[in-house]
Amino acid sequence: MDTTALTLSLKLAFWTCVILFPVAIFFGRLLAWRQFPGKAWLEALIALPLVLPPTVLGFYLLLGMGATSSLGQFYFSLTGHHLVFSFDGLLVASVIFNLPFAIQPMQRAFEAIPTNIREAAWCCGLSRFESLWRIELPLAWPGAMSALALTFAHTLGEFGVVLMVGGSIEGETKTIAISIYDRVQAFDNHTAGTMSAFLLIFSLVTIGFVYHLTYRRRRSES
Amino acid sequence: MVIKWLSVYFLALLFPLVAQAGQDQVPRIAAASSLQFVLPEVLAEFKRQTGHSVRSTFGSSGNFRRQIIQGASFELFLSANESYIDALVERGLTVDSGVIYAQGRIALVAPKNSTWKLDGNLSGLRQALDRNEITKFAIANPNHAPFGRAAREALVKYDLWNTIQPYIVKGENASQATQFSVSGSTQGGIVPYALAVSPIIAESNRVVLIPQSSHQPITQRMVLLSSAGNVARQLYDFIKSDQARTILKQFGYESSSVSQLH
Repeated sequence: MDTTALTLSLKLAFWTCVILFPVAIFFGRLLAWRQFPGKAWLEALIALPLVLPPTVLGFYLLLGMGATSSLGQFYFSLTGHHLVFSFDGLLVASVIFNLPFAIQPMQRAFEAIPTNIREAAWCCGLSRFESLWRIELPLAWPGAMSALALTFAHTLGEFGVVLMVGGSIEGETKTIAISIYDRVQAFDNHTAGTMSAFLLIFSLVTIGFVYHLTYRRRRSES
Repeated sequence: MVIKWLSVYFLALLFPLVAQAGQDQVPRIAAASSLQFVLPEVLAEFKRQTGHSVRSTFGSSGNFRRQIIQGASFELFLSANESYIDALVERGLTVDSGVIYAQGRIALVAPKNSTWKLDGNLSGLRQALDRNEITKFAIANPNHAPFGRAAREALVKYDLWNTIQPYIVKGENASQATQFSVSGSTQGGIVPYALAVSPIIAESNRVVLIPQSSHQPITQRMVLLSSAGNVARQLYDFIKSDQARTILKQFGYESSSVSQLH
């Protein structure tokens, strides 16, 4: 078991969740309740990582984050190190790749909140923030938990993009999925098997947890 | 109306699949990714002479070994690591034990706009490391890629491995390591000479050969698989010919006399 790689993957998943959580709340509410021109295209853009090969994103990130690119140079002037082949670079990739996994469950959860409840909150004189904090989020929390769990599990499972932009650096970009690939390449089936079994069980438990929440919500609704 | 046109659109997308099904069966060959640039030239010459074409797939030799064991329908396998061929021979998946057709070479590469000195015994690299000019350096993964293993051996031999290790970026195979080396995101790398001298890479990078004595031989071996047909057998013989060896030599493949293995 490559514990360095596992720790790195957990760290990546954690920070991805931290960054995406507010983003998911913002876009989830926006898409659930507002009508605006280009909404279908915005939704399509967010859903894109579901259908796009990871190699496409990997390719653009490699060009976009490279030391010679403008983003790469801007980041270098800011921090003094390069974005590509670094943990920060992986985090950027991970955030982009998890957009649909974080936003879509949040959007469904906000959609499920009846309009009259929100209107009641406004009539009680709650500010927008109070309404979000005390009414909407408590009602949407199963959706929020789904979003976080899916994002977390999906980050642990992310492979293609990491393979393309990571460079397999120990403790920096060599995630558990890359480590498994590495062990398989080296014909070390035993270690690869242990880590694969761990990921399998972990992912099953996570997804099971998400479905469990969904059923509980349906039961409480009916 | 929109739905109707969308259906037509998606049906049209399916058409190439149907059209392709009737295509002639050309033999498929599997080749190490380090052969990415040299093999097409060999194949072009083969086609000029015999009129036959083949479909080549490039990738990591270890992956091919696994795929062939699982029943992938390749007729010829050119491996960058000869032990992978032994594994196939043991399982009775090959015609014979194959031949060694060349020795691979590694090269030090750096982007053209970099200033550190490039030399075969890596003294320029050592100076660049001392001056903190190297922050990222690419090699293929030494745990399983033969050219990566040779790169590590050379770095160990010149006593640079411990110094450079924190800066190492590992490509999944030789080809990705080369891509990393020349992307401008690293300050250089050690990669197969055969990839570094291809025009597309050589025009924007500096390249220097690393002495063969600095690493274990990178023995290039090929083998005909049990399903090999006539065209694959002709190609096998062609790769052993002087003409093919001349092309291979241009890409740094030292054509040690072809040796039949028994």
